[in-house]
Amino acid sequence: MKKNVFWNWFWIFISLVYFFIPLYATFNFSLKARKGELSLLAYQQMMEDPRILRSLIFSTEIGLLTILLGLLLMVPTVYLVRLKAPRLRPVIEFISLLPFVIPAIVLVFGLIRTYSGGLLPLTNNYTGLNFLLIAGYVVIGLPYLYRSVDAGMSAIDVVTLTEAAQSLGASWPTIMLRVIIPNLRSAMLGAAFLTLAIVLGEFTLATFLVGLKAFGPVIWQVGQNRAYEASALVIVSFIITWVLMGLINFVGRRGAADGSVAAGPR
Amino acid sequence: MSNNARVVASGGSRPKPPSIRKSPPSFAWLGVLPFLVFVVLFLFLPSLSLFVGGFQDAKGNFTLENIRGLFTPFILNAYWVTIKISFTTAVMGGIVGFFLAYALVAGGVPNWVRSSLMTFCGVASNFAGVPLAQAFIFTLGRVGLLTVFLKEALNIDLYGQGFNLYSFWGLSVTYLYFQLPLMVLIITPPIEGLRREWREAAENLGATPSQYWWHIGIPVLMPSLLGSMILLFGNAFGAYATALSLTGGLINLVTILIGSQIKGDVLHNPNLGYALAFGMVVVMAVIMSIYYALRRRSEYWLKQ
Repeated sequence: MKKNVFWNWFWIFISLVYFFIPLYATFNFSLKARKGELSLLAYQQMMEDPRILRSLIFSTEIGLLTILLGLLLMVPTVYLVRLKAPRLRPVIEFISLLPFVIPAIVLVFGLIRTYSGGLLPLTNNYTGLNFLLIAGYVVIGLPYLYRSVDAGMSAIDVVTLTEAAQSLGASWPTIMLRVIIPNLRSAMLGAAFLTLAIVLGEFTLATFLVGLKAFGPVIWQVGQNRAYEASALVIVSFIITWVLMGLINFVGRRGAADGSVAAGPR
Repeated sequence: MSNNARVVASGGSRPKPPSIRKSPPSFAWLGVLPFLVFVVLFLFLPSLSLFVGGFQDAKGNFTLENIRGLFTPFILNAYWVTIKISFTTAVMGGIVGFFLAYALVAGGVPNWVRSSLMTFCGVASNFAGVPLAQAFIFTLGRVGLLTVFLKEALNIDLYGQGFNLYSFWGLSVTYLYFQLPLMVLIITPPIEGLRREWREAAENLGATPSQYWWHIGIPVLMPSLLGSMILLFGNAFGAYATALSLTGGLINLVTILIGSQIKGDVLHNPNLGYALAFGMVVVMAVIMSIYYALRRRSEYWLKQ
């Protein structure tokens, strides 16, 4: 047994070293913007760079709209399938998992080809491009949205709750807004934070659809020519990811948001 | 129709709750419709358009020329490098991730170490793309912290020995930063599913630890292990942002090739680009089918 414990610590130690060094190297670099001393100059420069705040706000807005659209599509669907058409459940589950098969670069390629002309041209104006970006993010987030919402609905007895509400004379909007959604709160919050984490730093869709308006492409551009500022940005985006994951753990503690907390390929 | 609705519909005296009883099935369809329309518009149609484009020539006539074009050395090489890097990082991330997950689950480790490392894995598996590539440039680039430290303190000249962050192995080391934690996240539940009783039963029958692993532990975990590694393979296979910002597009990966094709027609044939992209979907589809087949198999044991 003693030998086992040694090997357990060995793997933990190796992994910790591997995880820690890049973060330390980046942090260390970010403090060296002023020659010969440690300073927060890089962070100051980052704050003063108008592109960064602007793009962070843009990507946050896109993220919130993605969450809204995703939940509007997913919650009624999962609810109705459970209530009325349980036979459709495997179909919805299968569809929700399909985005795993389509890498982001392929998805954006297809979106551009489909909507750059034809019946529904979206790529010739900013509103259309922003919408395409949101739609693409909803597609990417679909597996996580589905899992969270479905897990949330499994935890409550949807059918009984609905019938109880109905027998008390509740209308459909009342049932949704005052019975189902409050019970799904932690599941929906978990899905929301994960979606936000995916959207905020996302690069592939953003760079081809909206370019430097979004946060991911801006991080990339800053990295091309301003190394110190870039290192500060890396640290900040790591902290943002950490905070969002922490929030998922926090809201997920009471059930719901199962182990599905990793996004697809970037 | 729900029981309650049936009671009311057959003439109950209570005040009538509204709507559903009129036409229950069509209402359900109506609610699911927006989702289906969305999926058709933004998932199926884009994929279909690439698929169709892959079988068309510039004038829109049917052709197999693009599919044949995929089997030219340049494109085959892109697929080969992509597959090689996905395989390498899936196996390395899979093995180390398994040992790390086992170390965290199997014990001897304080609870706070376990839970904080698990949380970190959630963070790190999502910390991919541009920031990750930059963090590794600050670490293992030519003037990166670790490169300089190894050279000055230990007299190991990484770049002198042929290492290059902007090449195959550099990319692999970087990919591992999200592959390893992802493995920990997906393999932990199956490891937790190994019953203590199985081990005790084996020990009571006189099995040594290696016999236990060889005859029970590994066979039970094998579908999960393979399945997880296949998932990691797919995860690396589709990666674009990390590779682009690390190598500046200099490495010949399928995703990088598709990216350059979107920016400007580098293949000098848009339809070849569509075939290339659809080829990725085919590979991913095969991978995910194997994953789900294996997962179903592993669930057999975990649910007993």
